Formats: sequence, structure tokens, C-alpha cells
Amino acid sequence: MLFKLKINGNVLDVEAEPQTPLLWVLRDDLDLTGTKFGCGISSCGACTVHLNGTPVRSCSIPIESAIDSEITTIEGIQGKVANAVQQAWREKNVVQCGYCQSGQIMSAVGLLKNNPSPNNQEIDGAMSGNVCRCATYFRIRDAIKLASQKLEA
Amino acid sequence: MEKNISRRRFLKNSAATSVSLIIGLNSKGILATNKTNTVINPFVRMDQEGFVTVIAKHFENGQGISTGLATLLAEEMDADWEKVKVEFAPANAEQYKHTFWGYQATGNSESIANSFMQYRAAGAMAKDLMIRAASKKWGVKTDEIDVQNGIMRVGTKKGSFGEFVTDAVNLTPSKNPKLKTPDQFKLIGNQDLSRKDNEAKTDGSAIYGMDVKVPGMVYASVVRSPRFGGTLKSFDVSKAKRVPGFIEAKVFPDKRGVIVYAKNTWSAFQTKKALLTKWDFSNAESRSTSDMVSDCQKLAENPEFEPRPFKTDDDKQPVKDLNHLEAEFFFPFLAHSPMEPLNCIIEPTKNGVRFYDGCQNPSGVQWASSYILGLQPQQIEVKTIYAGGSFGRRNSPAVKDLYQAEAAIAFALLGKKTPVKLVWDREDDIRGGYYRPMAFHKTKIGLDAKGKILRWDHRIATKSISKGTDFEKFLVHNGVDHFSVEGCVDTLYQLPNMSVGLSDFKSSIPVLWWRGVGHTHTAYAMESLLDMVAQRTGKDPIELRLDLLNSNDLKQQRMAHVLKISRRRSGWKKGNKRGFAAHYSYKTFVAVVADVSATGKQVHIDKLHITVDCGVPVNPDVIRAQMEGGAGYGLGALLRNEITFAKGQVEQSNFDTYLPLRISDMPEIDVEIVMSNETPSGVGEPSVPPTGPAVANAIFAVTGKRILELPMTQSGFQFV
Ligand code: FES
Ligand code: FES
Repeated sequence: MLFKLKINGNVLDVEAEPQTPLLWVLRDDLDLTGTKFGCGISSCGACTVHLNGTPVRSCSIPIESAIDSEITTIEGIQGKVANAVQQAWREKNVVQCGYCQSGQIMSAVGLLKNNPSPNNQEIDGAMSGNVCRCATYFRIRDAIKLASQKLEA
Repeated sequence: MEKNISRRRFLKNSAATSVSLIIGLNSKGILATNKTNTVINPFVRMDQEGFVTVIAKHFENGQGISTGLATLLAEEMDADWEKVKVEFAPANAEQYKHTFWGYQATGNSESIANSFMQYRAAGAMAKDLMIRAASKKWGVKTDEIDVQNGIMRVGTKKGSFGEFVTDAVNLTPSKNPKLKTPDQFKLIGNQDLSRKDNEAKTDGSAIYGMDVKVPGMVYASVVRSPRFGGTLKSFDVSKAKRVPGFIEAKVFPDKRGVIVYAKNTWSAFQTKKALLTKWDFSNAESRSTSDMVSDCQKLAENPEFEPRPFKTDDDKQPVKDLNHLEAEFFFPFLAHSPMEPLNCIIEPTKNGVRFYDGCQNPSGVQWASSYILGLQPQQIEVKTIYAGGSFGRRNSPAVKDLYQAEAAIAFALLGKKTPVKLVWDREDDIRGGYYRPMAFHKTKIGLDAKGKILRWDHRIATKSISKGTDFEKFLVHNGVDHFSVEGCVDTLYQLPNMSVGLSDFKSSIPVLWWRGVGHTHTAYAMESLLDMVAQRTGKDPIELRLDLLNSNDLKQQRMAHVLKISRRRSGWKKGNKRGFAAHYSYKTFVAVVADVSATGKQVHIDKLHITVDCGVPVNPDVIRAQMEGGAGYGLGALLRNEITFAKGQVEQSNFDTYLPLRISDMPEIDVEIVMSNETPSGVGEPSVPPTGPAVANAIFAVTGKRILELPMTQSGFQFV
């Protein structure tokens, strides 16, 4: 079936089965490979994208239910919050293997958009769906706080 | 890195996104843009704009080695750090071998150690060429030229490396360029260097195997026996054929499973689910975990091998007559579960094949796949890209067990003309074996009336990692696989009358090194036991350990130093309700103080204080990151992870049953790096072993309960 998807500000045509998860359409059909596959069952957050600004797990969203939404991937994030988050991530040297980090950043941007100065508990709450096997969590927390400071400044 | 820069540009330039990304071609495109690239030596390339490209012989799986190798080279070169780029080396053992091993691979937390002099010398050689080129042009003596940040100066004359690149090519490189003394280091030991992979890994442009697509590529995935050691009897593809995108299904020649081929990753995974299979389990593992545990218990009664024999004449009294304590420890099988499920791509080239892979062992891939494909190793090209974690899983002591070998088989079965991407899903990862082996320790310690240790009887039953592999001849001596007993048999503590016995647990469950290997269980047992001795004798746990270290031995002296620094830095006091553990592995000394709080059986790990001596600290922030990450990786396994079996079948399947550490579990971490001028040693693995026992000892201090069985949730605790 042919679907029209609104991704990163563009309208794109995709030919796919209606039940195909958005993740695989992004990765295999549209070559937006910044969004990662980690578990396929909403347990790791590597596939996190924004649907109308809200972080969701693209591995568990059939493409047919994403057609009316604005989809944003790591390749398409921009603006003050996104910049602050990416900048903070670099300053804190958060990444190790990096494979989870697109998803981490998408969740962090989602959090800070709603809550520019989260406390530890709120950070843990918003980020608990994102697994990092390299265990960079300690720096993720730090970087979110740094990004929050940047936004307040 | 070039390919990532190019991909980034590629994405920015393409308004729409429905185009294929082809790595390899892109990077050539960049190279062609009116720059002359000059190869100085196998480790560095320079261009006229002054960019220095360091060629990394080790793969980057998060451990920070691309930054590390760049640091070593740029240090001696006095290059401008902002202009240093990193690229991964091709498979070429002659140029890029691990200097300790003689072939090209990464592991044993030795990447910095084996490259320390090599990459520095390469940098010094490049700098020397630059200086000589400038001295010739300017008509000044070489020692008059001052170099800083890629700029050379003498008097009012000033020029950048880039300006002298073409002149330098005509000079003969010096064989023994002078290296800096440690007091001259500017980058080595610098706290503020940023990681070279920061940018690509925060904007989605870093390319992993999973992201590679080459023209005409098909996606393959494997259906394996639900029990290890089973072989395929028959399969029925009729339902699978109805999955959109299905291409083919082929059986492995040795019947280990069926490879399905499909048009994309999702179809490959769906096809696998639709495939009906029947298996022959006559040689398969059919025990449940509880049976395996009791088998290990029996094995430990009568050790098969004696890695450290008991010298009877040292001791007059048998252990049972002494004031003694006994403990049995159990450690489960563990999956590595790197964040990026295993995968790699293999495509035909004019002359052979090419792999795209986060490649930990390029030489192994050449050996294994050349054998499978009937080619010479040189005909196998390896394009190394970022790896989404490994923790040991991406390498193997038996090259035939490398996942790239399976990709070569999948490629061969399809006729050797079609590029194949072989992909694991998370279920394959968790159920696919190559685990940290289960281990059982049976221990008995004899004390005299004053609490002095008189006898230490330690028996281990575990499956050997090396036996039956290419490593057997190097690592198995008198029946003892060093991986089974490391960290125990060679403990730094002076334990009188220590004996270590070993029995091999036999099973078709494949096992593998897992971040920290044998130390992951031996350190837990050793450091828990010392805590038990301290508790029994009323001694302070750190004092007890210091008493067991001999200051005349350099290693023991360094360990004692780390213990003392840890005590001071963490504010440790005798009798405080905290946990302490220390361990020596990969030539590195690590001590951990753990602070936990508990309400009944609900425990939270508040803070870890980690002290490390890893010789010259090349990249302090990377070292810190590895201490944090290693502690977190160990902790995740320690708290909740186990691979268990029900009648031979793995009971876990994905992150809903093999529960990973999450952000709320992560304690605060303070890392203290001991200043040292000793040769740099490992940092990727050494924080894993002591973290577990430090936390266990802290839980004992706070709750009075000793955890002997892992994961800790099996001992009735919950982590909040
Ligand atoms: S891949 Fe979607 S949550 Fe793991
Ligand atoms: S950085 Fe490796 S999984 Fe998060």
C-alpha cells in the first residue's frame, strides 16, 4: 500500500504493508537510520521518535496509524531545546557505543520541552524507557541538567 | 570521520530522504575534493588543509579507543586536536596487528597498552617530517623550530602542517624519532579532551552495521534450534512464503538452523516466525537450571584439576579442625546483549568479498570466511564501522564461531553473487548462547583463634571458554583453562595454604568471554569471602586486606596504595555500614566503596566510589566513563540478570524478561584516578569485577544478609 508520511517537515511516499512498524519504514525504506532497533517490543527506547512532539517507540507503531501525525526523527530535530540537549551531550562526553543515544536524546528533548527544569525523579521517570547497555545513565542525568541550565540562561 | 561527515552532508543536501546510502563511495567523494592526502605512515594521513587523519587499528565499541589512539598520535605530533580526525583501518594484519598478539583484533582491555608506543612513534615520525621540511624551506636548524597545535614557528616565520605536507613526502622518515618525556605531555592526561565520536553519535549520523545498505542487498536471519546442540530434522516454508518480502529459506550444511532471506529486516523477522521447524534433540542440552546447579555442586566436591595445589607439608591441621567458615556461591549464565543486535554485511567484490561490520577481529574474519568461501585471506576486505557495543560478544576464541562466519555461509548458500546482511533480533541475542558461563564456587577458610587465615580451600566448577577453540593451546595448561580461575588462582593477597581446584562443567550451551571474563565470578567470591573473614574476626575490611598485601612486591604495593586512596577519598571509617571490594585485572587495580540504603528487602544503591590505578592515564575522562560504564554493566547483571533453562530451553527472550539496568538503578559514581607513570593498562573491564562484591558487602553491612546466589533478586532482594 502507498502511504504519505510527514517526516521532518517533508511529505514522503512509502510503499509498505499497513502493519509494518514505523521504525522499519524509517530505517529500511527511507534510510533514516539514526533511529535504531534495539528490542522491537517497546522495552528499550532505541527507536524513539516524536509523534506530534511526543516521544514514542516507533517499533510498536504500525505505519498506518502514523499517517496523520508529524513525525520527527533524530535527523530532523532542531530548535533551542534540541540544540541545548545535543550540546550538553557533547560537553559531558555522554556517548560510549552511541547506539542508544538517538533514542536517549529524543526522550530528553521531549522531557525538556514540557519541563525545562526537571528534578532527578522527573528525569528518571522520563528516561526510564531508554536502555543504555553501556550504562551512560550517570552522564545522561548530568547532561539533562546541563541542558536545562542552558535553557534557563 | 569522513564517512560520517559525508553522510551528514548527504542528508542535509537531500531534501527528500528516499535515497540509498552507500558507504565507501561517499568517503571517496570527499577525498576527491581538491585536497592532496598524504600518507605519512600506516597510522596517519595528512592533507594540505592541515587535517590529520589517524588510522585506528582497533574498533570502537564505546570504549573510547578512537579518541585514545588519536590522543597518542596527536600528542607526539603536536597536532591541533580540533583538526584530528579518526578513520578505522582496513583488515591488514601486517600493518595493523595487535602488537602483543600478532594479528589484528581488539580485546583483553589492551588496546591502549599495545598501541602506546606504536601510535606515539607514528606521531613523532610525522612531526619530525614536518620539522625537517620546514627547516629546509626556511633555512633554519630543526631544533630552532617550535611546534604547537599544528603550527611551526621560528622567529617571525610561521607555517602550518598543511603547508608542508607536499614537501614532507620527499623526505625519508626517520626510524627512531624522539619521543616526549611525560612532563611534556599536553594531550595525554588532559582532562578536557572531547571524544572524537561525540558529534556523529548525537546527531544520528554515526553509521553502524545495522545502518548499512548496499545495492541489491537481501536481509537474512537465522532460525536456530530451541535447545543448544539440536539439529534440524525438517522444515515447512509454506506459511513463511506468504509473508510479504520473503525470498528464500536455506539450511545450514551442519543443520544448525535455517537461514531465511527477505527483502527487508521486518520481513526477515516475520518470515522467521512463520517458518515451521522440527528438530533432532538427541545430542541437545535437555537439563533445567536446577539440574545444572546440582551437577556443578557434585563436580566441586572432587576437583578434576589442580590449578593451585595444596602443599600438605605447609599445614599440620586439616581445615575441619580449625575455626572455619564455609560458603557456596552460584553465578548464572549471562547474555552480553550489546545494544546493537549482531549483524554484518557481506558483498562480492571484483576480487573476493567485502564485509561492513563493527569488526572486533578483522584477522579472524579473514581466516574464517576465506576458508568458507574458498578464497585467500587477502581477498576478504573488511570495512570497519562503529559497533553498538560488544562486551565480548563480537569476538570469539574460535573463529568458526564468529557471527561473520555465519554471514559468509549465508552469502555462499545464496550463490555468492548477492550482497547479504545477516541480522539478529533481540530474541536471537538473548537465546543464542555464547554466554558468560554459569559458575559454582565451593569454599572453606580456616582461621586460628586470633582470626588469622591459615587455610583457604577454593573449588570452582564452570564451563571452559577456551577448550575446543583456537585458544586452547595458549590458555589451557594441565587441563586448566585460565579463564575459569583467573582472579582466584593468581590473587594478589598472600593467603597461606591456599588451594584452588577446578572441574569443567560440560554442556552444549556455548559460552564466551563476557566483560571481565573469569574475574566476574572469582572477584565476587574472593571479595565476599574476605568480607566474611573481616566480619567473623572483627577486623576492618580494608585493614584486613592491607595486612594480606606484601609491600615488597610492586603489584601488591600498587594495590595497597589504591586501597588507601580509596579509604581516604570515600571517607571510610572502621565499623561504617558500607561495602568495600578491590580487584586486580587486566593489569589494573580497582577499589570500590559502595553505599546502599535498604528498607527491609528493598535496596537502593546510592553511590559508588571507584579508585583506579591503570598506569599513565591517557584519557582521564574516558577512563572515568569506562569505570562508570563497567560498574553499571556489572551492576545490571548482578541485580537482575540470569539466563535460565527449562528442559534445555532458554527461559528469557527479550528485555522484558532479561531486565536491563535502567537509569533509576544507576548510582552516583565518583571516580578517582591514581597518578602513575607505569605503562598504561586496561580500563574497559577492570571495574566490573569489584563492583559486585562491593555492593554485596554493603548490602550485608546494612541488612545483615550475605548474598551468595546471583542475581541478587534470587536472594530475595528488590532494587528500587
Ligand atoms: S526497539 Fe523500540 S523500544 Fe526497543
Ligand atoms: S552508549 Fe552504548 S548503549 Fe548507550
